[in-house]
Amino acid sequence: MWFASPADASERLSAVDYLSDDSISTSVFLAGALGKPLLAEGPAGVGKTQLAKAVAETTGARLVRLQCYEGLDEARALYEWNYKKQLLRIQAGQGEDWDATHDDIFTEEFLLERPLLAAIRSETPVVLLIDEIDKADVEVEGLLLEVLSDYQVTIPELGTIAAVRRPYVVLSSNATRELSEALKRRCLYLHLEYPTPERERDIVLARVPSIEASLAEQLARTVATLRTLELKKAPSIAETIDWANTLLALGRTELDEEAIGATLGVVLKHASDQTRARKELAL
Amino acid sequence: MSLLDRHVGFVHALREAGLPVSPAEGLDAARALEVIDLAERESLRAAYAATLVKRPSHRPGFDTLFDLWFPASTTGLQAAREGGPDLETAAVPELRDRLAELLLEAGEANEGMNAFARAMVGRFGRQPAGPGRQNWFSYPVMRALSPETLMARLLAEVLGGQERGGLAEKVARQRIGENIGRFTEAVSTDVRRRIAEDSGIERIARSTVRPPLEQLDFLRVTKADLARLRREVHPLARRLAARLTVKHRLGHRGRLDFRRTVRASLSSGGVPLTTFNRPRRPHKPELVVLCDASDSVASFAHFTLLLTYALREQFAKVRAFGFVDTVDEITRFFVPGADVVEAMTRLTKEADMVRFGRTDYGHALEGFAERYGDSVGPKTSLLILGDARSNYQPPALDTLKRLARDARHAYWLNPEPTAQWDTGDSLATAYGGVVPMYECRNVAQLAAFIEELA
Repeated sequence: MWFASPADASERLSAVDYLSDDSISTSVFLAGALGKPLLAEGPAGVGKTQLAKAVAETTGARLVRLQCYEGLDEARALYEWNYKKQLLRIQAGQGEDWDATHDDIFTEEFLLERPLLAAIRSETPVVLLIDEIDKADVEVEGLLLEVLSDYQVTIPELGTIAAVRRPYVVLSSNATRELSEALKRRCLYLHLEYPTPERERDIVLARVPSIEASLAEQLARTVATLRTLELKKAPSIAETIDWANTLLALGRTELDEEAIGATLGVVLKHASDQTRARKELAL
Repeated sequence: MSLLDRHVGFVHALREAGLPVSPAEGLDAARALEVIDLAERESLRAAYAATLVKRPSHRPGFDTLFDLWFPASTTGLQAAREGGPDLETAAVPELRDRLAELLLEAGEANEGMNAFARAMVGRFGRQPAGPGRQNWFSYPVMRALSPETLMARLLAEVLGGQERGGLAEKVARQRIGENIGRFTEAVSTDVRRRIAEDSGIERIARSTVRPPLEQLDFLRVTKADLARLRREVHPLARRLAARLTVKHRLGHRGRLDFRRTVRASLSSGGVPLTTFNRPRRPHKPELVVLCDASDSVASFAHFTLLLTYALREQFAKVRAFGFVDTVDEITRFFVPGADVVEAMTRLTKEADMVRFGRTDYGHALEGFAERYGDSVGPKTSLLILGDARSNYQPPALDTLKRLARDARHAYWLNPEPTAQWDTGDSLATAYGGVVPMYECRNVAQLAAFIEELA
């Protein structure tokens, strides 16, 4: 068992400075209790990757991370045969007959573990983070289906390797493309949105302990207002924290029009967004 | 109703509202019910959402149905409050004071506000509807308490002498506005709950759930929907662009890559055992959009224009023309990095598209062919957006034929349902005979079309 109840999940996550809400804590708890992968989807910078890290940290499990990118394939995600070593082995054992060599070079010793296989075979508890799955090609999703529904991997030369203990799987996606229905069906779905001002204030206080509560409050409210404007890229939580650090470094204790105008570049990174914010907020 | 019946009924209602819930997902949800504390309503909601709702656009519909099938417990809540006025008997000004308090303090998931909303619906929401029948409405509640009129007072309280018009006011106004929205939502949720109690859940469920954003009819969107749609433009464009590139990459392979083939042949003694091909150049059409900008189809035209502009990199060149009864080029409003909202307002204000103010496709087409005819060439895809309702003016079919002949492809997107084509002053079939016409009523259909186009 990973967590005893949603309340337990929430408590233990906040112990490692990850502040959850009802839907996060319930999904995190259910993913452990039902043994299903958790698909966290949402805009960039709302703490999807951080969630997996926090789960690993609070449960004392090892974090295995598979970063997805265009062109990711089986050899990078699952396993690969170490063929250089195999060649050496064949050359070293000259004179042996074919069967012996064959049996020998397709063994554990020559297998290169990649993240998925490593997570499946691990003896200790593992949190498997499959990061930015939407960046990978569609075929990778097909590859994941076997791993995620049965927690097993088939290697033709070795047979099927089943999980010793089920890893806790978190998939993260920025929704740049629609994931396949088959993959979504096998996962629990958690849509992460920008937090409420109250939660964001607490997050800033937790992550930037030296900030004053009133400034954190102002910051969270201002960011919430910025997010209601029709911007190309709304500020993320990470950017709010950057903003808090910037204000601290500049020695500001008050977030007034002038302070915002001087540091707006920390949270808004499109010229048109900045123009819009200046106009709407009358900076 | 047993828990199982309720679960099955709820899943069924979700399917009826258009959420694709598979049997396997229904089972997952049932399994989740076993391990969570059913008395905790919010974690029950989260458990259902995690197992059944896999698209953010389906979430509002889900929440409405959840509130109907698993209503909040209402016993013993009113009595528990202390300090505030007695909600059953207090006069309206007192109630408004209490509401003002709630609007200032409330955050998300505020039980106090929900309880207050329930009590207010109980007091004001009942209206006689026909002889011997009662029904519940939210407008009498909102009229009695009129939370919007509290705004000025609350602002004065929050700002406490700070100057008006600045950032502080903007932030406070937004927060209070959000809380008013929450109160309105709480009232309508409770109204729905009471109606469901009186006349059965299924009846009300069918009429209250709005279709998800991508299924919303362009011609029926409200102003708020349009803002939400605009916010969807960039994510949607990104998703479409990703899908379009995938399609290009999987396409047939192109010409022989001589350099790579010869390079590879060196390892086999100059014999080219493996050949390499260049990936085929993606075909990028030039796009000319000619759009009806009259009020009847404005929201459709706006959204479509925005989307094609967001997809600019998928097309070699995009030019846009708008018309009501005269054509004007509107490309200049969509320079890269331009502000979406501003482009739209400037477009309606500054572009010269109106002569008499009644849509006239014939005159617009002739004007277009005359003034901008050279923009349509053998590489161009011509895209016409409009409902083909021309107020009984001559259609200028020959001009359209000529344009369609000059262009590489021509398409017509019509935001009206196919059943309404050719009714009244619609020239759908006449134009459709010249240029293939597609029904395009919502984002989903539009996305499917663009995928075909690029």
